[in-house]
Amino acid sequence: MPEGLSLNKIIAQKGMSISEATARVADLGWTPSYVQEAMTFPTDYKIKKTPRDPMKQVLRSYFPMQEEKDNRVYGALDAALRGDMFRNVQPRWVEWMKLFLAIIPFPEISASRSMAMVARLAPGEELRTGFAMQMVDEFRHSTIQMNLKKWYMENYIDPAGFDITEAAFGKCYASTIGRQFAEGFVTGDAITAANVYLTVVAETAFTNTLFVAMPSEAARNGDYALPTVFLSVQSDESRHIGNGHSLLMSTINDPDNHLLLERDLKYAFWQNHAIVDAAIGTFVEYGTTDRDKKKESYAELWHRWIYEDYYRTYMLPLEKYGIKIHHDDVAAAWDRIVKKNYVHLTAQFFSVGWSVNFWRIEAQTEKDFEWFEHKYPGWYAQFGEYWKWYAKLSEKGQTQILFNGDVGYSYPHRCWSCMVPCLIREDFTYDTVDGKVYTYCSEQCRWTHKVAFAAEYEGRATPAMGRFSGRREWEECYHGWDIADAITDLGFVRPDGKTLVPQPHLHFDDAKMWTLDDVRGYKLGSPLTGFRALTDEERVTAAAEYRKGFTINPCN
Amino acid sequence: MSVTTDKTPQKSGAAGAAQFAGWDSRKYNYFEPKGRKASHYEDMTVDVQPDPKRYLLQDWIISFADGTPTYDERWTAAKSSDWHKFRAIDQEWERTHYQRQSTIVGMISNVIENGRRSGAPKRFDKAWIKILSDHLGAYKHAEFGLGTATMQAQRYGYTQMINNAILTNSSYKLRFSQDITLYLGELALDIEGIDLEAGKHHWLEDPIWQGTRHATEAVMGATDFLEQYFATNIVFEPLVAELFRSGFVMQLAAAQNDFMTPAVVSAAEGDYERNLANAVDLFNILVMDPNHGNENRKLFVHWFEKHGTLALQAAHQLQPIWSQPRVKVAQFSDALDVQKNRTRAIAAEIGFDIRATLDA
Repeated sequence: MPEGLSLNKIIAQKGMSISEATARVADLGWTPSYVQEAMTFPTDYKIKKTPRDPMKQVLRSYFPMQEEKDNRVYGALDAALRGDMFRNVQPRWVEWMKLFLAIIPFPEISASRSMAMVARLAPGEELRTGFAMQMVDEFRHSTIQMNLKKWYMENYIDPAGFDITEAAFGKCYASTIGRQFAEGFVTGDAITAANVYLTVVAETAFTNTLFVAMPSEAARNGDYALPTVFLSVQSDESRHIGNGHSLLMSTINDPDNHLLLERDLKYAFWQNHAIVDAAIGTFVEYGTTDRDKKKESYAELWHRWIYEDYYRTYMLPLEKYGIKIHHDDVAAAWDRIVKKNYVHLTAQFFSVGWSVNFWRIEAQTEKDFEWFEHKYPGWYAQFGEYWKWYAKLSEKGQTQILFNGDVGYSYPHRCWSCMVPCLIREDFTYDTVDGKVYTYCSEQCRWTHKVAFAAEYEGRATPAMGRFSGRREWEECYHGWDIADAITDLGFVRPDGKTLVPQPHLHFDDAKMWTLDDVRGYKLGSPLTGFRALTDEERVTAAAEYRKGFTINPCN
Repeated sequence: MSVTTDKTPQKSGAAGAAQFAGWDSRKYNYFEPKGRKASHYEDMTVDVQPDPKRYLLQDWIISFADGTPTYDERWTAAKSSDWHKFRAIDQEWERTHYQRQSTIVGMISNVIENGRRSGAPKRFDKAWIKILSDHLGAYKHAEFGLGTATMQAQRYGYTQMINNAILTNSSYKLRFSQDITLYLGELALDIEGIDLEAGKHHWLEDPIWQGTRHATEAVMGATDFLEQYFATNIVFEPLVAELFRSGFVMQLAAAQNDFMTPAVVSAAEGDYERNLANAVDLFNILVMDPNHGNENRKLFVHWFEKHGTLALQAAHQLQPIWSQPRVKVAQFSDALDVQKNRTRAIAAEIGFDIRATLDA
């Protein structure tokens, strides 16, 4: 063969340039004149500028690219089984995947649905292909995650919890925060939901901790499947970030939008922090068995991905458009993670309520203590005794930790806004909205409910903004129920009709596994119901008392 | 700092390494499969979009300002005793969707590349080249319009199964509108006479296409998502889209020395067979609904009247196109009869009567 000759050179023929192809595709749209399209999902924003397509990709190249990515994912899953991955996987880790993978497919498909909302609102058709690709991407993410979960269910030692996954998602107190995330993408003001909350904040900032930091920890625990799936998912995110930024740029130049943008950036950043850091922080720090002191802690990862990568290089430059960035909230979120033990308090909460979970939580051990103390100085003084209690009370026959008065744990209020409990006691607050008292984990969450999700914002009518609704305090659903009856109603009972799906340990042995009879006899209660029943004066006193916190008793 | 924890003695995390309560519960157990066993598609799809009537304990937790929840059964005039009954016939989840779309892209790319390499476009009849420019170029906008309408509609359905079926429908339509756009652009690289601006001009101005544009915009402008899905697959596709794709392009192209265009257009026919199967099954379930069947049947007759009238008008306005090719091998009236029969068969399969509109 002559030198320099290749198959590509032989078969190459003149083609359209990518810029011409995308321009031609963008010209498929037109302004209807016979029947006008209804603006079915309203926004209070004005979008005058046509968003540009930064990616310039057409569906002809998109589908084969995605198929190739899929082939790699499914090939890797097959290889993991051939390599007997589950023989070496850490059950402590996989158990938390029962929660994570119950939550994530609904937010993903909600993102898909939200593309309907922004695609109709955005003027012009240049970004239509970008929105269409994201719509199909999110369909990919949702179903590929359901597939991964099924794969765990089929191959992991304890399938209980995976087998009830979507039913559990609808009922569990912990997956509620995932629903807040997902419904936030598709409900209310379309730009607030589908542009700012979803793409500008959740995807641009927090998918890094979700889909990059967490897979790294999975690999350290012998789980090569999660990184395979989620890094492939993350590879789609750059396109979504491009969509979000492009649409943001088409609203940011109009000063009339600035007030709303500032509101939405504040709401979206704080709520993403409250939800994602609670969940992912717990998975990464408490679901791992790898205690290499050289690896980054969640706090260090957060600083890298959220503070350095997002806040400094994405959020701060928005100030040049005249947008006020809420630096104080970024600092407050950082403080909550490094100074106020947000992740550790969340893990403590998840574990204290283990019997209403649908996954197992193992006690932290001395090896874990060393690592936590190294990464979070002062950790042992606050949490060491608690985890010793947890280990002690994980034995079948003990009084479950939630109701064991010897421990000293005080069950928290639920935040009406982010739906994570009010765990940082000193930040607890409450307020009255439409004549009813609500509790919040922080001032920012109080502001989100009372000020941001309202019909008016700083004197400006915001008729498109959503409202919080539903039975947002999970505990209210089972107020006064015996916990065994609640667990039965939740469906968190194994096929034998008595053994609990959740267990406070990793013993795969019937003799050590808790049953309904082991937990029966204790009533669940709604903290908010009790708080609302107080007089104004009594509430002031109760709140002051709550803010003082509690002390875990020594465990001997 | 000390604690004694009974470290689990378990040596392996693999299935079957120990036997205990629930150790062999290895199937999603929270929904009734359509068949004897759940399909992979069902496992990937069912109940991912939650429902307060099933497992959503705390109800929807965000609402629109008027109190409408995140998903609302009232977003369509159709009623169902059980929205969860529907399963997409084509069983698509992400992997099968990408495999199929990618296969189509490969098929179309091969046809175009090899056709161009063999110089095929240069042998197209001159009158045919203008027809491709003007009319295939115009038609691509109808595909795009249906793609955007179904993209909008996939937000509203009450279950994941319905929304995902509409989503893949949208994905197919948007891909095909781009397929035509890029195909014409590539033809223009090889032959003179392809005017890439002509298609949009005809779509917006040519009386031949105004009925089709009106019918398309009526689908895009409908505020009932299920009406959009119905009008796309039960009305517009058989009466207008297939009429043009199969009844004109695929029947006449070969006689104009064009083997490439039918291959490109055939992809849409394959797409439609799948979309149609999904749509027929969904609308049949609604017609057979024990509590709302009659009401739904009347609704579909009404939707058919609304969109069918526009579609028939559009079809008749396309008639002059059949006179334009130099070699005439198909008649408009025959093609329309085929499509009317096709539409009758579709309506019969669903279980509603379209004679009032179609045979008026």
